[in-house]
Amino acid sequence: MTISMSAATSTMSMDTRAHKNPLLLPFAQDSWGNSLLFVLVVVCVLVIVGNLVVPEGSALHVPTWVVTLVGKYLALALLALSVDLIWGYAGILSLGHGAFFALGGYAMGMYLMRQIGDRGVYGNPELPDFMVFLNWQELPWYWHGFDQFWFALVMVLLAPGLLAYVFGWLAFRSRVTGVYLSIITQALTYALLLAFFRNEMGFGGNNGLTDFKDILGFSLKADSTRVALFVSSAMALALGYILCRWVTRSKFGRVLVAVRDAENRTRFVGYKVESYKLAVFVLSACIAGIAGALYVPQVGIINPGEFSPLNSIELVIWVAVGGRGTLYGAVVGALLVNYLKTYFTGVLPEVWLFFLGALFVLATMFLPGHRGNTAAQAG
Amino acid sequence: MYRLIIALILGCIACPWLNAADDPLADDPLSLQLGVLAQTKLTKMPAQIEVLVALNDSRVVPVLQAMLDGRLYRRKSDNLLFIGVPGDDKSLAITNPLGGSETTVAPASDLSRVAVNNRMRGQLRLAIAQLNLASEDEQQRFDAAQELLGDVSPPVIALLNQVAQAESSERVLAVVADAQALAALQQDDALIRLKAVEQLTGNLQPVVLNALQSLTALDAGGAPLESDPLVYKRALKAIAGIKQEAEFYSSAETIFFGLSLGSVLLLSAIGLAITFGVMGVINMAHGELIMLGAYTTYVVQLVLPNHLEYSLLVAVPLAFVVSGLVGVGIERGVIRFLYGRPLETLLATFGISLILQQAVRSIFSPLNRSVANPEWMSGALQLNPLFSLTYNRLYILVFSLVVFFLLLALLKRTRLGLQFRAVAQNRAMARAMGIRSAWVDAMTFGLGSGIAGIAGVALSQLTNVGPNLGQAYIIDSFMVVVFGGVGNLWGTLVSAFSLGMANKFIEPVAGAVLAKILVLIFIILFIQRYPRGLFPQQGRSVD
Repeated sequence: MTISMSAATSTMSMDTRAHKNPLLLPFAQDSWGNSLLFVLVVVCVLVIVGNLVVPEGSALHVPTWVVTLVGKYLALALLALSVDLIWGYAGILSLGHGAFFALGGYAMGMYLMRQIGDRGVYGNPELPDFMVFLNWQELPWYWHGFDQFWFALVMVLLAPGLLAYVFGWLAFRSRVTGVYLSIITQALTYALLLAFFRNEMGFGGNNGLTDFKDILGFSLKADSTRVALFVSSAMALALGYILCRWVTRSKFGRVLVAVRDAENRTRFVGYKVESYKLAVFVLSACIAGIAGALYVPQVGIINPGEFSPLNSIELVIWVAVGGRGTLYGAVVGALLVNYLKTYFTGVLPEVWLFFLGALFVLATMFLPGHRGNTAAQAG
Repeated sequence: MYRLIIALILGCIACPWLNAADDPLADDPLSLQLGVLAQTKLTKMPAQIEVLVALNDSRVVPVLQAMLDGRLYRRKSDNLLFIGVPGDDKSLAITNPLGGSETTVAPASDLSRVAVNNRMRGQLRLAIAQLNLASEDEQQRFDAAQELLGDVSPPVIALLNQVAQAESSERVLAVVADAQALAALQQDDALIRLKAVEQLTGNLQPVVLNALQSLTALDAGGAPLESDPLVYKRALKAIAGIKQEAEFYSSAETIFFGLSLGSVLLLSAIGLAITFGVMGVINMAHGELIMLGAYTTYVVQLVLPNHLEYSLLVAVPLAFVVSGLVGVGIERGVIRFLYGRPLETLLATFGISLILQQAVRSIFSPLNRSVANPEWMSGALQLNPLFSLTYNRLYILVFSLVVFFLLLALLKRTRLGLQFRAVAQNRAMARAMGIRSAWVDAMTFGLGSGIAGIAGVALSQLTNVGPNLGQAYIIDSFMVVVFGGVGNLWGTLVSAFSLGMANKFIEPVAGAVLAKILVLIFIILFIQRYPRGLFPQQGRSVD
């Protein structure tokens, strides 16, 4: 009771300035978040100048692999943000959010596959290499349209959004909550993992989609394209952050917090809890899809491994490390843990899982975070 | 110490036998004739084999069998015959076919193999069959008759006719009659063929089906090879009957595989049902506790390499203790600080699972380890030619039910079980009644984890043991518990077996992966309709 009260009062005492100008609402009283946005802008400028303007030999030159690596981190940070939106603010712990990320990634991957054209190993202008290899005669119907960038972009949002809508509609309507929801989201991503491994699905099976050549006519190997992808990721992260903050501070967001802290009470007060949850779940899935679409061209491959339940759980821990229910914490957590992952898997690969495991235990036991939603799951 | 005792016991058992084997066999006519065999030339060999067979001694069988397999050797120094097994670096482990017990290793150059030609192979096979059919042991006669099924050469038929006169066992006679009938199918007389077909109707041996099918095959013009319409009709009927039986047994086999998968699911999920159901704790490290049990079996076999037969009996309690202690450690170290926060518990235990995985990877290497099956676990129970149950799956099925009912009895009939249930139903009230709930929590968690360890022992008999063993089972285990209804052991039982069955019945139609996907989708949809599973816990609560 006390917890939900305090949560309510903290959101109530919003800065009065913000009420006068709704456009400023997302920026009010969030010095951490504003600093984060500021740092993002600064890093963007530094990367553009450091990679493209400063000559290669200079000490100030930013190598392209760093640009790509950080760009990858930023895409993952956007994914973490989407998880924090539902876990931190609506109390929905999805252990299958990697599925939405991967679907967005596959949509982008399909576009990139079609861009290869006849430059593949088999030189077939119509079919991607793996289909030629499997002796397929024509493009499956669901591959049509992916030669258009706009269509791919629509699918990046639509595929995860639709899955989230159907899944969420079923789950929230029948009031599957707490750990039950977590477990069936995990089953969902596991089922997709198994499905995408099948060659018959037409998504490259085991190997996934790879060997991409160019995007919108620009070579993926060019430094300028890499920097452009980096800047897109940074911008997507910044916009995603502002959007999430705006959502969580709106009336809608405050109802979500109420749902998180006491779902049944909110329902009894008269809110349609499942609609609120469904809306935020779909929004979060779309953001995750965008993150996937930004991730794929930078790493150059998408395969069914992205659906693995391990990935989805791991990204929850990024949020937990950074501090759940803060948004900026998710971003910082994702960047930090992924940097450590790169570092450890390079230097001491056998230590990484020990470290990650310890991080899980310590983050849940000692780090701060909202603990208000416990009552909702106890019943 | 343990190994010493076992060695002593084995020594005591083996001693009298060893002494008996030391007796000289000089006066034995078999020994004499074997000595003659050793010096016989290849051309005179058939006659000498006749002599050996005429002795009508069952000890001749292994000698002839070894001769047939090219394992019979003559020692150059003293012209004695030995059965040899080639070892490494050009040595042979040789056994005296009459003494039987003492195996010595000799360099291959000291021995020469007793040569056989193709004509003699036929003679040897027949001789072995003849001797086996004259054996005292009914089972041996039966097996020998089975071996001859489908062989229609004249000497075999003559032998069968001879046996049919002398044999008293119904079982053996039936097989002999079938073998004779198979030969009779070649006869010119349609009436004999008709009788043969009638005799063979209902026999499920693949040889019989093949013979009947070649009888009813069509020639190039589309007319049946069998000229007599009645024989043809009966043969077709017999084939239809066999096919129907085959279909029946193939679905029986699917049911068995389904039950077997169900028993594996039950074993891996039942520990989870306790920790999740009784305590409301999501233990993502459950799979790794199963893995620890499997590795315990591996270590037991490593420490006791000579007592494979007992390794599982040692491993089961040991795995229970190892996984149970780790479980208690997890509960005391982490989970007790997180009670009432199930999502945090889920994440923390997932972290523990990563640590356990990596620990095993660091200690035992990331490669899969193979755990041996003891002899009583390998092989199959052959119910008929079309249907057999592998012993390991059969034992695991029985074992899973034993574990289930023991656990049920523990929960329903013991004081500890009463305390478990009291804490699960109403923690505050249980504490007020003087139950040390913290202690009960630790015990519950230890029990659930210990059962995971036992499941690991069972799984080690079915699959390879590797660091990822646990991960492969964790999602399935959760599905079983959630589908069955949390907090209900019977629900877990029903759900494990129905999911196992569903998987195996969809598999032949859709393939293994798609079957799994379909079952997962089914469960996801089922949970939407019945969020509390098949058998929901009674009671009302609202937050």
